Amino acid sequence: MIDAGGHRGRGLAKTIDWSLVICWLVLVLIGWANIYASIHAAESGSIFEFGSRSGMQAIWIGTSVIIAVLILFVIPPRLYEGLSLPIYLIVIGLLVAVIFLGIEVKGSHSWFAFGPVRFQPAEISKIATSLMLATVMSQLGYKIGRLKDFVLTAAIIVLPMMIIVLQSETGSALVYVGFIFMLYREGLSGWLIFMIGMAILTFILTLTQSPFVAVLVLLGVASLCICLYSGRFKWWLIICVPAIALLSFIPDIFTAIAQAQIGSEAVEAIEAARAEGTAAEMDIPFIMKVRPLYVLLAVIGIATPFVAFHAFRERNTFTHLAIISLLAGIVLVFSTDFLFNDVLQDHQRKRIEVLLGMKEDPAGVGYNVNQSKIAIGSGGLFGKGYLHGTQTTYGFVPEQSTDFIFCTIGEEWGFAGSAFVILLYVFLIWRIIHDAERSREGFTRIYGYCVACCIFMHLFINIGMTIGLMPVIGIPLPFISYGGSSLWAFTAMLFIFIALDRNERKYF
Amino acid sequence: MKFNRKNKLIIGLCTAAAILIAKLFSIQILDDSYKMDARNNTMVYSTIYPTRGVIHDRYGNILVGNKVAYDLMVTPREVEEFDTLTFCEVLDVTPEFVREKMQEYRRNRRRIGWQTVVMIKQLPPETYMRFAEVAYKFPGFRGLPRSIREYPFNAGGNLLGYVSEVDANYLAKHPDEYKSGDYAGKTGIEAAREKELRGEKGYNIWLRNSRNRIESRYRDGEMDKEAIPGDDITTTIDAELQHYGQMLMANKVGSLVAIEPSTGEILTMVSSPGIDVEMLADIGQHYSEISSNPYKPMFNRAVQAPYPPGSVFKLVNGLIGLQEGVLTPNTMYPCSMGYHFGKNKLGCHAHKSPINFEESIMMSCNAYYCYILRNILENGDYGSIDEAMDKWNEYVKSFGFGQKLGSDFPSELGGFIPDSKYYNKVYGKGGWRATTVISLSIGQGEIGCTPLHLANLCATIANRGFYYIPHIVKDSENVEIDPKYKERHYTMVDTTHFPKVVGGMYRAVNSGFGSGGTASIAAVEGLDICGKTGTAQNPHGHDHSVFICFAPKDDPKIAVAAYVENGGFGATWAAPIASLLTEMYLTREISDKRKPLEDRILNGDLMDRVKVR
Repeated sequence: MIDAGGHRGRGLAKTIDWSLVICWLVLVLIGWANIYASIHAAESGSIFEFGSRSGMQAIWIGTSVIIAVLILFVIPPRLYEGLSLPIYLIVIGLLVAVIFLGIEVKGSHSWFAFGPVRFQPAEISKIATSLMLATVMSQLGYKIGRLKDFVLTAAIIVLPMMIIVLQSETGSALVYVGFIFMLYREGLSGWLIFMIGMAILTFILTLTQSPFVAVLVLLGVASLCICLYSGRFKWWLIICVPAIALLSFIPDIFTAIAQAQIGSEAVEAIEAARAEGTAAEMDIPFIMKVRPLYVLLAVIGIATPFVAFHAFRERNTFTHLAIISLLAGIVLVFSTDFLFNDVLQDHQRKRIEVLLGMKEDPAGVGYNVNQSKIAIGSGGLFGKGYLHGTQTTYGFVPEQSTDFIFCTIGEEWGFAGSAFVILLYVFLIWRIIHDAERSREGFTRIYGYCVACCIFMHLFINIGMTIGLMPVIGIPLPFISYGGSSLWAFTAMLFIFIALDRNERKYF
Repeated sequence: MKFNRKNKLIIGLCTAAAILIAKLFSIQILDDSYKMDARNNTMVYSTIYPTRGVIHDRYGNILVGNKVAYDLMVTPREVEEFDTLTFCEVLDVTPEFVREKMQEYRRNRRRIGWQTVVMIKQLPPETYMRFAEVAYKFPGFRGLPRSIREYPFNAGGNLLGYVSEVDANYLAKHPDEYKSGDYAGKTGIEAAREKELRGEKGYNIWLRNSRNRIESRYRDGEMDKEAIPGDDITTTIDAELQHYGQMLMANKVGSLVAIEPSTGEILTMVSSPGIDVEMLADIGQHYSEISSNPYKPMFNRAVQAPYPPGSVFKLVNGLIGLQEGVLTPNTMYPCSMGYHFGKNKLGCHAHKSPINFEESIMMSCNAYYCYILRNILENGDYGSIDEAMDKWNEYVKSFGFGQKLGSDFPSELGGFIPDSKYYNKVYGKGGWRATTVISLSIGQGEIGCTPLHLANLCATIANRGFYYIPHIVKDSENVEIDPKYKERHYTMVDTTHFPKVVGGMYRAVNSGFGSGGTASIAAVEGLDICGKTGTAQNPHGHDHSVFICFAPKDDPKIAVAAYVENGGFGATWAAPIASLLTEMYLTREISDKRKPLEDRILNGDLMDRVKVR
C-alpha cells in the first residue's frame, strides 16, 4: 500500500483503527434502517426508493463512504495542520455569508441552497474550529494558563459560536460549549467547569425557586469551598450550616409577623397584587416592604469584609476569588430575569419553561417532547419490532427522521435497542479518547478530543431532548439522523481523526 | 487506574450515558403509563376541529356564522361485514357509492394503513343522528362533528369568499400548516384573514383495546389538546346596505362600491352578477355551475375589472390643470358641439357656451377638458411632451390610479395609466402629440381603472384632497389591522383646489332639471349629494353608465361609485343606483318621491345588452 506521501509504511489493516470504522458503519446503518422505519407508513416504497428519505439517505451514505476513502487514502494528513487557518477563515466567511445569502428554514438563516442540494455551513465549522484549535494549542510553548493563549483559544471557539447564534441556530452554537472538556484535558482549571455548572444551577434555581433560594445556595457553596480549601470542614458544619439554616427561615418568619399584624388574608392579597405588579397603590406594612432577599444580601454584605480581611492577612487568594465568584453569582441572580425575558427568544424561553416544569404545556411546546416520550416509553424492554412502531409511523412525532430519530429506535427496539445505541456512542467516544491519548503528537490528541466533545454534545443534547432531560434543541444525532450535510460533516470529522491516527501508527 | 484528567473525563462520559440510560429505563420499563403492547393497545387520535371565527358587519350583525355538520369517518382496517342496505338507508346514499368507496379503500389499503379517512362529507345533523342510533352495527365508522359556514344575510357573496377543503396544491403551498381534510378560506375575506379565522386544531387521545374498541382516555386526557376557536373578524361592511346594493345591481352587470371617506372603510362592495351566499356554504356542489356561468360571477369586478372611467375622470384632469396653473376656476372656454382640432373633432352635447370650470363639471363639457389636457401636455415649463406626459402620469397615480391601492382585499388589480414610454412604444418617439391622446381628457383611451379606484377618487374629493386606503376589516379585540390603513394619503394636488370641484359636483346634481346639470336625477332633498356622471364609450356595444357621488357635501359620510356595463348615459342607471344607495345609507329609507325611481332600478334588466364573450 502506498500512501499519498509516497512513503511505505505498515499495512493498511494494521494501521487503521478498524473498531472506529466499524462503529461508524453500524451507526450509519442503524440510522438508515430507522429513517426507513420512520417514513415507511407515509411513503410505502422500498428502502432504496429514490426521492424518499431513506433513498436519499442511501445516496448520502454512499457519498460519505467516498468522503471517507478520500480522507483515508488521498488527502495527506500532514496537510491539515498547515491548512487549518485558511479553512477556518473560509468557514467563518461562509458562516457570515449564509446569514445574507442563505435561505430561511424554520426561522433561521443557516442553509445554502444550490438547487435541490442544501448545505449548512455550521456543520463543517465544527471541523474547522477543531483543526484550528488543534493547530494553535499544539504549538510549542502554548500554555492554556497564560492569559494571551487562553484568550486566543476562547476567541477561536466563541467567534463561530456568535455567528451561529446570529443565524438563530442557538442549538448548534451550544455544541461549542463542549470544547470546554477538551480544554480541561489540556490543562484548563477544573474550577471553570465548576463555575459554569454553578452558573447554570443558579439560573435554574432563580427561575424555578426564587432569587432568595438561589443566593442562599450560592452562599452555602461558597462557604463550603472556602472552608474545604483551608481544611476547616468542621467549622463549616458547626458555624455555616446552622447560620444558613437560620437564614432560610427568614421568609417564613417575616410572613408570620406580617400575618400577626394584619391578618393572613391581607397578606395574601398583597402577594397576589405583587405578582400582577399592581401593588404600588396598596398600603403595605413595613414588615412586608422589607424583602427577605435584601436581608440576606445585608448579611452577606456585613460578613464578607471580615472574611476578606481575614483572608488578606493569611495571604489566601482562593478565598478572595471565592468571594468574587459569590458576588458574580449574586449579580447573575439579579440579571436572570433580564437574560431570560430579553435575551432569549420566545420559543427558547418556552422550551426552558416547559423543561423546568414552570409551565405545563402538553399541547404547545410540550407536544414534541410528550409525543416523543410516549413513543419511546411505549417501546418497553424489547420494543415493538422493526417497522411495527405505532406512534412514530403514524406521524405523531414531528421531525421523526431528523432530530427525533431516536423515538423510532426507542419505540421499535425498546430499552435494549436504545441502550445499545447509547453504549455504541460511548464506545466510539471512549475509543477516540483512547486513540487520542496514545498519540505522540499534540495536534492529533487535541483534534481527537474535539471530535469526542462534539459527538458527546450532540449525543447528550439530542437524546436528552427526546426523553425530556434537555430542552428542545434541534440538533441531529450524529451518523443516525437524516440529512446529507450533517452526515458528511460528522463522517469527515471522524475520518480525519482516523487518518491522523493512522499516519502516526504507520511508523511506530 | 490513575485518577488523571483523561479518566475523569471518561468517568464524566459514563455518568452522562448512565443518566440517559437511567431516564430511558424509567420511561420504558418503570413507568407503565407510557407502555402499550403493540398487539393490544394503540392510541387513537381524534382531531378536534376548531370553530372558525365569525365574520361580523360593522354593526356587529353576523355575516358569516357556523353550524354543525358531521363527516362520516371510516377506518377501513376496522370495518367488518355490514348490512349495506341499512347503511344506505340511514345515510341516504346508494349501494353503488358504498361499494365504490370500499373498493377504493381496498386498492389503497397500503397507503391508508390504520389511518381514518373521510367517507361522506358534511352530513346534516338529522342524517347523522339517524346513523348514530345504529352505529353499533357498523364498527370502523364514526361521525366527526365539524362546523361549517352559515350565512344569515344574503349579502356579500364575492366579498366574503368561500371555505373549502384544502387540495394537494394548497397543501404544497402551506406545508406543515394544513393536513388533508382541513378546510381553508380560498377567496375573499375568508382567504385574506385565514390566519385569524382558522383557529387551532386540537385532539383527544384514546386507547383502543384488542377488540378495536375505544376503551378509555389516554392518561385521563392529560396529553389531549383543546381546539382553539378562530378569532372573530369585524368587517367594515354594512350588511343591510350591502344587501340593498345587491338588489339594486340585480340583473345588471357591473359594480357598486361605497366607502366611508373619513376612514376609508368599505361600506358596500357589490360585483354583479355575484355568487349567492347559499352557494358559498356548499361551494363544491355549485362550483362547476358557477365557473361555467358566462357572466363570470367569480370575477370580482369591483377590484379586478379595468374599465375606462369616462367623464368621471375629468375631475382628475381639472384638478391637475388647477395645480399646474394652466387653468383657473374662472377660465372660460367655448364649446361648439365638441372640440375641433385639424379636421378632427371630439364631440360634445348641446349646452351653453362659453363656460367656466364649475360649469364644465356641472354640464360635463368635453371640449373644456380637451383644452385643459392640451394645456397640461403642451406646458412650456416642461422640456418636451414626454416630460409633461410623465408629470401627468405622476399626478394621476397620486390619486391611487394605475396601481393596486393596497386594500386588504385579495386579488385586487391595479388598472393602467399610460405614460410617455407607453405612447413612444405605440406611436414611436415623437410620433404622437397632445391631440393624439386627447381622449385621455375625458377618461377614454388607454386608461383602465377599477370601480374601487373610482370610489376612492370620490372619497378623495369628499375629503378635499386625501384618502385612506380602502379596507374591509376593522380593528377589533383580537384582530389588528395594518397601521397603513390609518394614514392619510395626500394627492399631489393642493387641498385648496378641491372646493371648486366639489362646487361643480354639487351643481351637477342640485341645479334642477333644465339647468344643464347632468345628474339632476340623483338629487335628494336635504342630503346635499355631490356627483359626477360618466358615459364610457365601449366599442363592444352600448356605452357604460358611470356615476360617482358623495354626501352630504360638507362632512361627507359616504362616497359611492357605480359602474353599470352597457347602461348607456351615466344618468340613466349608474346615477340613480348610486344616489339610492346614498339615500338608503344616510336615511335608512327611500323617500316616497323616489319610490318610482327605485322601482325602475330594482326591476331593470340589462342582461340582454351585455355581450357574453
